[in-house]
Amino acid sequence: MSRVPLPYSQKILELFRNPKNLGKMEDATVSAVAGNPQCGDMITFYLKINEHDIIEKASFESYGCAANIATSSIVTEKVKGMKLEDAWKITWKSVAEEVGGLPAVKFHCGILAVGALRRAIRAYYKNKKQIPPEWLPKELTFEEKQALEEEELARILSKKMKMAEEGT
Amino acid sequence: MVENVRELLKAHEGLRREVYLDIENSSFVPREVLEAMLPYFNQRAYGNPTLTHKPGWEAFEAIMESAQKIASFLSCKNLEEVNFTPGETEANNLALLGTTLQMRGKGRKIVISEIEPLSVVHVAEMLTKYGFSIVKVPVNSEGFVNLEKLKEAVDSETVLASFSTVNHEIGTIQPIKEAMEIVKDKNPKTIFHTDASDAYGKIPFNVRELDVDLATISSYKILGPRGIGALYVKEGVNIERILEGQIGTQKLWPGVENTPLIVGFARASELAFQKFEENGAHMRRLRDKLIGEITASIVDVRLNGPKGERRAPDNVNISFLRCEGEALTIELSLNGVYVSSGSACTRRLLQPSHVLVAIGRRFEEAHGSILMKVTRYHTEDDIDYVLEVLPKAVERLRGITGATVVE
Ligand code: FES
Repeated sequence: MSRVPLPYSQKILELFRNPKNLGKMEDATVSAVAGNPQCGDMITFYLKINEHDIIEKASFESYGCAANIATSSIVTEKVKGMKLEDAWKITWKSVAEEVGGLPAVKFHCGILAVGALRRAIRAYYKNKKQIPPEWLPKELTFEEKQALEEEELARILSKKMKMAEEGT
Repeated sequence: MVENVRELLKAHEGLRREVYLDIENSSFVPREVLEAMLPYFNQRAYGNPTLTHKPGWEAFEAIMESAQKIASFLSCKNLEEVNFTPGETEANNLALLGTTLQMRGKGRKIVISEIEPLSVVHVAEMLTKYGFSIVKVPVNSEGFVNLEKLKEAVDSETVLASFSTVNHEIGTIQPIKEAMEIVKDKNPKTIFHTDASDAYGKIPFNVRELDVDLATISSYKILGPRGIGALYVKEGVNIERILEGQIGTQKLWPGVENTPLIVGFARASELAFQKFEENGAHMRRLRDKLIGEITASIVDVRLNGPKGERRAPDNVNISFLRCEGEALTIELSLNGVYVSSGSACTRRLLQPSHVLVAIGRRFEEAHGSILMKVTRYHTEDDIDYVLEVLPKAVERLRGITGATVVE
């Protein structure tokens, strides 16, 4: 449980101070809550998607660290005007690069942001009850697995608390 | 990476005021202490205290006088009982490892509490690799050790018991005398160690009255320089060295003594004890002002640790729900208020503070916890400034959290 130095980049600091696309979206087509099983941080992603499967706008809320706020902000900026298929292809690595790099222990913060976006996209097709497009993998991707739904997160966190208690 | 940090520092330019409250993790050195130390770097006593020349004898004299001062503040029998080490971490390592080495073959059990500092917890855990078992005695929701469970835990196999006098994170003042008597009643041979780093210079702490075997004290926690601490070892108690090399004035710690740091530690002790009652009352007033106003003016907050007389005079530890702790420390820093958090996000293994978990805090409560320690140097104006900055910081971050919270 040692501490790590966190030399955040200027970009992260800037987005932490002035996050873009912050807040609940009242007219969202779909939203997804996602939590990180490692640190317990959570985010909510809201997407407004038009009939051509293009993201008209995106917003987020984050109960997370500065790196998470910054990467979420970047993702919501990036996907604006994108086809869902292209938005799906955004990698956490490219997001990490765009915020000027993340310390290793903070990779998961960027993964969480991308995972939440993918969960929202998957939920969109599920809600529409239409056959999912071919580009959408049947199995959950790594990023989605690192962005748990609430119940699953709560279960993992309680396990984690036990571990902390036992000092492992 | 260092480039990033330069930018982060630049973002702090033009601060109206700065209030440093992270005494738990390091401290500033007051001018009086620094001035006492300075001549020992280059004007006098820069020799090795074991050598036969003037700068060496000067160093010997300075070290013995410093040990004598600290010994008298602790109410030691003699100054030999004060063993300087490079800090609290090293003193705790020496206490645990030195005792178990000395007691090898006499038992294999170590008893500690669930809320000891990592320099006790991790050393005890390491010893399990070498055949020792540890029992961690639980604490209640305010951090008080369960004395019944302690009684059950100690047996003929117990070589060592280690309990902090004051908890470093939540300020709980343990009934340490009672705990020791319980241990000694069950097994008089058990060595009793207490980490008193958060007690020394802050609450009355008298080793002769307590009659503990070993006690750790730390310099920076009383605003002395970093890099120096001491282990009190009661006359007649034997523990082994854990490092070997040239032994000088310090029988339990080899290597060349750092005279300026030792002098600084002694000077910081004098200052802490000079107006002991007055300093204590001042810290309590600031502590209670912080706790009182934060809990009154911000919703969804929880005080961690006990209230009033059973809490260390300097300790404030509060959880802000719906507000992530690491983000809060950054937000506060950008406004000139420096604190630390028990949030998982600030830790290498991304686990929340084990102390907060042990007192039964939920994940979310630990996640938004902030630790602050006040000193005699802080003023009402400093506290007013914190109280001005903090609610705004919490409000902004809660705005980012929105409805996203784990229940
Ligand atoms: S530390 Fe968990 S999201 Fe950043």
